[in-house]
Amino acid sequence: MSEDLLSRRKVLKGLSMGLAADVVLRSIPLEAAAYAHEVIDTEKSTQATGYLPKFFTGNQWNLLKALCEAILPADADCGGAVVAGAPEFIDLLTSENPEWQRKLGGGLLWLDGICKDRFDNSFTDCTAAQQKEILDLIAFRKNAEIDPILVPGVAFFALLRNLTADGFFTSKIGIAYLGYQGNEFLLEFPGCPPVPGL
Amino acid sequence: MLEVSPRKKVYDVCIIGSGAGGGTAAKVLTEGGLSVVMLEAGPRLHPEKDFKEHVWPYQLAHRGADIGGKMRGQIGDEFMAPNGYWEIEGEPYTNAPGSNFQWFRSRIEGGRTNHWGRIALRFGEGDFRARSLDGMGDDWPITYEEIAPYYDKVESFIGVFGSKENVPNSPDGIFMPPPKPRCTETIVKKACDKLHITCIPSRMAILTKPLNGRPACHWCAQCGRGCMTASNFSSSQVMIPPAFATGRMTMIANAMAREIVLGKNGKVEAVSYIDKKTRNEDRVYARAVVVAASACESARLLLNSRTKGFENGLANSSGAVGRYLTDSVGSSLSGHFPQLEHVPAHNHDGAGGMHMYMPWWLFGKKNDFLRGYHIEFGGGKHMPGVSNFDGVCAEHEGYGVALKQKCRSTYGTSIGFAGRGEMIPNENSYCELDPKVVDRWGVPVLRFHWQWGENELKMARHMQQTFREIIEAAGGTVTGGTRHSETGDIAEGGSIIHELGTIRMGNDPRKSVLNANCQAHDVKNLFVADAAPFVTNPDKNPTLTIMALAWRTSENLLDLAKKGEL
Repeated sequence: MSEDLLSRRKVLKGLSMGLAADVVLRSIPLEAAAYAHEVIDTEKSTQATGYLPKFFTGNQWNLLKALCEAILPADADCGGAVVAGAPEFIDLLTSENPEWQRKLGGGLLWLDGICKDRFDNSFTDCTAAQQKEILDLIAFRKNAEIDPILVPGVAFFALLRNLTADGFFTSKIGIAYLGYQGNEFLLEFPGCPPVPGL
Repeated sequence: MLEVSPRKKVYDVCIIGSGAGGGTAAKVLTEGGLSVVMLEAGPRLHPEKDFKEHVWPYQLAHRGADIGGKMRGQIGDEFMAPNGYWEIEGEPYTNAPGSNFQWFRSRIEGGRTNHWGRIALRFGEGDFRARSLDGMGDDWPITYEEIAPYYDKVESFIGVFGSKENVPNSPDGIFMPPPKPRCTETIVKKACDKLHITCIPSRMAILTKPLNGRPACHWCAQCGRGCMTASNFSSSQVMIPPAFATGRMTMIANAMAREIVLGKNGKVEAVSYIDKKTRNEDRVYARAVVVAASACESARLLLNSRTKGFENGLANSSGAVGRYLTDSVGSSLSGHFPQLEHVPAHNHDGAGGMHMYMPWWLFGKKNDFLRGYHIEFGGGKHMPGVSNFDGVCAEHEGYGVALKQKCRSTYGTSIGFAGRGEMIPNENSYCELDPKVVDRWGVPVLRFHWQWGENELKMARHMQQTFREIIEAAGGTVTGGTRHSETGDIAEGGSIIHELGTIRMGNDPRKSVLNANCQAHDVKNLFVADAAPFVTNPDKNPTLTIMALAWRTSENLLDLAKKGEL
């Protein structure tokens, strides 16, 4: 595979260098561009799949995955945030962002802390009903207005929800779930299809 | 005094900057027979390597959010063509107390044309004689009729789509056929018809037919990422290559111009620059210098070129360098349109940017503010990206399948509107050298002073009111307004990235730096070819006019060279 890629890359490189040297306009013909994208695609899809968390380790990694999946779970239509790679995405960015290390790393500890206070267990060891009870509290801003003790949890969950949505809806399955069609080479743009009332 | 080696190479022209203006000058001057050396403060561009066209977000580990998520929710994410940003490490700028000017700079071959919006609007006849029409600001030293042939040349060469409409003060050009409207545009057009707001095909530097070996657009909506097929305009892919093809073009990349050197004869003879790779200072010699580093950067270079006789900066006997700084008046509002929830899935991408827009439809009418604005708009189902679902997450809250479904049902149902209006220059908005700060190359940096006038604030309020009317007339509901909490309805100065006017043209050498040919009043072989010479900043994006003016300036320079007058 890598040899094959290498030779294709050479072809492509030769093609683009030839263009730069000979042609007035520095552009790649449509077919060559399509070919280039195909090469990139193949390269990306052969990347190693095993992921070692960079910031969230041990229990925190499991807790992060559980929360991502709770936010955008698998359903009848498609898989959820974990299959979509949201935890890996969040871990990578957090490992590079001290502010998120505090907000997300601290948020996970806060969540385990409140679960131990109320249910004498860490979040992942709580029953499904207990997990739902606590998530229902931190998933809505109005709860923090009623009970100020929830303020950090609500802020943490809002950030995690945004980042989980990032991870899910920028994944292959997330994009398919939304029904986005595009990112293609079209010869003609057809415009708006006939829609009654539009 | 300068030690000159007898064997030193002297080019005909040194161009500083490779963007819209510098690229145009390079093409016209080299094709006219002159040798050109171009200084570019950033690296060369390699589209085949640098562009991320057609890459899906899941093909990047950071999904477009970049390291630590720093580009999340910003204009210009990881996918964008190499483009610089609001802050460049080691190259700061400062603001005077009370000012918050934003300065977007690109340090790369092609400059900001690699990622620009491709909106290519001619200035109107009235824009060149604004003072004659309403008594504010100044008239240009040239008329629309004088620049029109150069608009023709630029449009014919770069390719612009549009339609003949005869809208007052928004002149038609030489157009390729416009693309078909998307569903979002169909909805807005109907509402505008009801409100008697002109809504017409936009005018964009994107090919809908092949031109000079460049294929037509393939409709991926990713112009901002840079186009592998050069089906849209960038200086790096369209202007620079023909200059190189003449064999008379030399580009020195990573060269930060520091000073334009004046010779004993009162003419400029060289440009000193810092080689960013070696951190050494070097110098190129030329018979003429064309400054096209972007309006504020060009002003900075003149201000930093202080010499005997020009203690306040080269060619600045008027004191006008850095003054008359303007940006476009910007304001935005978005709406949710429930009818878009029921549109069957289809490819909505189209060209990169709007297929329709609203030119200023009240020209010549009595309004409660002077001048005008145009409206840009866009929305619908584009490729999903990071931060796109922050809004629905904040509104819906919760978690689980219900949240997932809500994200899907609201995806692509929003349309955003942005006004771009004319600012009248005022004495409180300008840039100057900061006496205390130098950048990593040892060059004094700019300090900005900024204040909107009452006219601009009124205009922004009018924009908000109009957007609301359009959204409601189209059956939508207003969801999000301008995110500029500090300034209310109006965007921060500089944030629309249409800053200009800092080395302006004029017939009066006491109030302007350049004559009607963008040649310095004080120094005859010094020219400016970016947006710095503009006298007004009308409600039309400046890039097309930068190129038309640079083309005209370059032809005049060629004439002078032929007559031996450089």
